[in-house]
Amino acid sequence: MSATAPTPNPSATEAPQPGAEVLLRALKDQGVEVIFGYPGGAVLPIYDAIFKQNAIRHILVRHEQAAVHAAEGYARSTGRVGVVLVTSGPGATNAVTGLVDALMDSIPVVCLTGQVPTHLIGNDAFQEADTTGITRPATKHNYLVKRPQDLARTVHEAFYVAKSGRPGPVLIDLPKDILIGPAPYAPPPEAPHRSYRPRREPDPASIARAVTMLKAAKRPVVYAGGGVINAGPEAAAALTDFVRRAGIPITNTLMGLGSFPASDPLFLGMLGMHGTVEANLAMHGCDVMLAVGARFDDRVTGRLDAFSPGSRKIHIDIDPSSINKNVPVDLAIVADAGQALAALNAAWLADEARQDRAALGAWWQKIEAWRATKCLAYGQARGEGALIKPQYAIERLRDLAAASGRECFFTTEVGQHQMWAAQFLRFDRPNHWMTSGGLGTMGYGLPAAMGVQIAHPDALVVDVAGEASILMNIQELGTLAQYRLPVKVFILNNEYMGMVRQWQELLHGGRYAESYSAALPDFVRLAESFHGAGMRVTEVDRLDDAIRAMIASDKAFILDVAVDPAENCFPMIPSGAAHDQMILGPGKQEAAPGVSDEGLALV
Amino acid sequence: MPANSDNTMRSATISVLVENEAGVLARVVGLFSGRGYNIESLTVAPVEDGRNRSRINIVTSGTAMVIEQIKAQLDRLVPVHRVADLTQQGPHLAREMALIKVVGRGNDRAEALRLADAFRARVVDATVESFVFEMTGSSDKLDAFVELMRPLGLAEVSRTGVAALARGTRTI
Repeated sequence: MSATAPTPNPSATEAPQPGAEVLLRALKDQGVEVIFGYPGGAVLPIYDAIFKQNAIRHILVRHEQAAVHAAEGYARSTGRVGVVLVTSGPGATNAVTGLVDALMDSIPVVCLTGQVPTHLIGNDAFQEADTTGITRPATKHNYLVKRPQDLARTVHEAFYVAKSGRPGPVLIDLPKDILIGPAPYAPPPEAPHRSYRPRREPDPASIARAVTMLKAAKRPVVYAGGGVINAGPEAAAALTDFVRRAGIPITNTLMGLGSFPASDPLFLGMLGMHGTVEANLAMHGCDVMLAVGARFDDRVTGRLDAFSPGSRKIHIDIDPSSINKNVPVDLAIVADAGQALAALNAAWLADEARQDRAALGAWWQKIEAWRATKCLAYGQARGEGALIKPQYAIERLRDLAAASGRECFFTTEVGQHQMWAAQFLRFDRPNHWMTSGGLGTMGYGLPAAMGVQIAHPDALVVDVAGEASILMNIQELGTLAQYRLPVKVFILNNEYMGMVRQWQELLHGGRYAESYSAALPDFVRLAESFHGAGMRVTEVDRLDDAIRAMIASDKAFILDVAVDPAENCFPMIPSGAAHDQMILGPGKQEAAPGVSDEGLALV
Repeated sequence: MPANSDNTMRSATISVLVENEAGVLARVVGLFSGRGYNIESLTVAPVEDGRNRSRINIVTSGTAMVIEQIKAQLDRLVPVHRVADLTQQGPHLAREMALIKVVGRGNDRAEALRLADAFRARVVDATVESFVFEMTGSSDKLDAFVELMRPLGLAEVSRTGVAALARGTRTI
């Protein structure tokens, strides 16, 4: 047992310990079991304290950005707060992309950064950066601890802020002298926070109004996002209950996939830029919309003035600033998604009004007609020389992963492969799908998968990747090797930055500026050089065997799937177009709507 | 409910009660610049002795939807205790103070002094060829006085920005 093992009865009057020990004790009190980090001069005292204990495990990443994504993967697959530890200066600046990613996707992360000693702050000291200044707009909140007596309190507060209300990343900047010098310990406070107390309970009158609106609706739709996932599995269960009881169609955002079972016929698929025809047209034509934990992002709404023009909108969100930000709504309910949905279920049962079943039936008929367009259909040729369609590869991955009987988690990088994964992997449960939604961070998937695998050592964790994205954090193969994490990397290799190429084809006259993936590595030998295994598959008929081999492998594994380089991701709502102006792809539609200059300026 | 079609710009005086901690002003200012909101005037100073709180008064402008968004964004900052839209809540006082330096001789100088008297500006510094006036009032009144001084030798202006309170018994 180490000298720093937690004492059974901590008394308030015990002797002060070094700051680094106090920090670790506060982390333990917050239930932290894993830290993703990378050492450096300013954080050496923390590493020394970590060395002397066994309660908290440290995972050494190969780049600080990856530490944050790994913590995100850990947080999203467990519902807990992910913890990151990096050094001052470049350690902190490297973490910034991960922090903004967590901010955009509302993922609870606490990031500890080293800082030069307080007396050197502002002197341009070695590895000094104005970390709190740089990360102020990159975090939900951040702190610079300048006095030892603030240390323990700040750590507890950071965890509270990271997971309360709309979750997000919180950074604590820790000068080296604070870590070395003595600091008093303080347990987590029992009093409520002095200023930050987000509202969680819905207003009952608003819930009652929502029930009235939804029961009277002739063409209702539910639009559920990542807020439902963040509110915990009970929220997803309450959502599923509600939608099934009401028998109304539901669509998910990219972040919300898994909040409602994709295998249920009430599910219309994902909506938005690469959403299904039935989801987008249902949103366009509905008369009452229930938005839960979704933020009317531009990728979802398309052209704002043409977004769901005839509907009355109900918006449940824990963040009041998400309401009426892009789209004005008729009924705002500020609350935790789980609590609001539970209240909605109770009020629905207590209310005696009946739904307009005839109108609902007609609405479903319309939706089924849209669904019959089979907008995700693609043609997979067979035989010698037939190219593997990326959609087919994802479908085979989905089915063979399910057939393995193991618990499966999927992460992605960013681009076409991400959209195909969102369209074709079907999630029946929350917390099994991790993708960079808001920031769209290439390089997210591999480290996120690493974090997921740490939290779920026996699960099958697959990073669906593109050959371009995967190179952005490829160094993490080293981390996988060190901790023997059997993460699978499923590369849809079309030798292009596929989404960039698609936009260049559709919007920039087919001038493929800098989007060709030249000089690619041999991914199989790359995996092997990092003590993993790999395989490349180019023929349709060998795909299944290759996927089975990947799943069966007990090592980190790269499966390099050569797919049709010309395939595009459809349906697509071009930037600046409306939900009813989708491009359906070759052979499915004659005229694509023109993209306006205004639309061209949107990304 | 703010209507999407309502693009009328309005001015808003917003008071924010914040925890007086390092970086809190930067958070507020960064929010405005990062999200592209206007700041027409901003004042900040500690208030409420012993409770470690500061009050920030911001004069901004935008459509109804943008003003609502500004308030919601401010309110979710961790060190923010309260946000009040004084313009929307009803009658309120908004005052600022200015120091105005006028340099000149002869008739212009005499005229400047007469106008200062009419505007109830106080002379706080004088030399044989200059005055510094101190004036408190609404921003409009200060603007008007500064304009009048321009042809009379206006040399320099320093303004505090707006301090604001609701009228009557209501507090933030």
